[in-house]
Amino acid sequence: MRPTFGRGLKTLSIASAVILTAAFAMVFFYAPNDADQGFIQKIFYLHVPLAIVALCGFVAGGIYGLKHLRSGDRAHDLRSYVAIHQALILGVGALATGSIWARAAWGHWWVWDEPTLVSFLIVFLLFACYQPLRFSIEDPERQARYAAVFAVVGGAFVPLNFMAVRLAESLTHPRVLSTTGGAMPGSMRITFLLSLVAMAILFITLCKYELSAKSTRIQLRGMRRRLAGEDDGLALGRSAAPQQV
Amino acid sequence: MPALPLDDAGPYVAGAYLVFLALVLAYVAIMAVRQSRIQQEVDEIARLLEQRDGGA
Repeated sequence: MRPTFGRGLKTLSIASAVILTAAFAMVFFYAPNDADQGFIQKIFYLHVPLAIVALCGFVAGGIYGLKHLRSGDRAHDLRSYVAIHQALILGVGALATGSIWARAAWGHWWVWDEPTLVSFLIVFLLFACYQPLRFSIEDPERQARYAAVFAVVGGAFVPLNFMAVRLAESLTHPRVLSTTGGAMPGSMRITFLLSLVAMAILFITLCKYELSAKSTRIQLRGMRRRLAGEDDGLALGRSAAPQQV
Repeated sequence: MPALPLDDAGPYVAGAYLVFLALVLAYVAIMAVRQSRIQQEVDEIARLLEQRDGGA
C-alpha cells in the first residue's frame, strides 16, 4: 500500500500561515529592541530558526536514510530526499539572512575566521553535493542506497559539527541558545520560540507538499506507462529525485 | 557592538525578511509549475484512456 503523503496538508498549511504571521507580528510589535544591537537584532528571530530547522532537516534526512537502509522502503528514500532538499532551501535562507545581519553588525558580509559561520557553510556545501550524487547514479536501487549512506554520514556529521563549534572559542558570533538562555528576557524568548515553532511547521508543511507532489507524479508516470503498454521497469531516465515509491 | 540607529538598521531587517519571503514565493512558484506538469500528465492519461476505450 502506497503511503499517503498529503494527509493533513490543508490543516498544516493554515497552521503555518497563522503561526508564522503571529510570530512575525510578535517580532515587530511585542519583542523589545535589543539593548545592545537595537533594531538589527530582529533578524535573529528569522535567521536562527532558519539555521536550526535546516540543520534538523539534514539530520531528519539522515534518519530517513537509515530507515531506508534498514527496511529497503522507497518511501523513506523519498522522505530523506525531500527533507534534505527543503533543508537546503532553508539553509540558503539562513546564509543570506546571516550575511545581511553580519553586514549590519560587523561591517562584513562574511567572516571566514568565525567557526559557527564556516561550519554551517561546510554542512550546507556537504549536503549541496547530495543531489549531484543522486543524479550521477542512474540505477534507482543503487541511487537510493548510496544517497541513504551519504545522508546518514552527513546527518551524523551535523551534531558532531555543532558540538565541535560549541567547544571552540568564538569571540564574535552571539550565543543565544545556552544553558542560561542567552540572557534573553521572557518576551524575547517567547517570540524566539514561537518563530522556531513556526519555521518548523513551515518546514514540515513544505516537506509534505513536495512529498505529495512527487509521489503523485511518480504514480502518474507509472499509470501512463502501463496505459501506453510500456514496461513498468527501470527505464525511467536519469533524475536526482526518487522515481519509485 | 554599538546599536545601529533605526534608519540604518531598517533596510537590513527589511532585506532579511524580504529574502525569506522571496524564497518562499519562489518555492511556491516552482511548485505551481510542477503542479501544472502533473495536470498535463493527468490529461495525457485521460487521453490514453479515451484512446483505449475507443479502440476496444
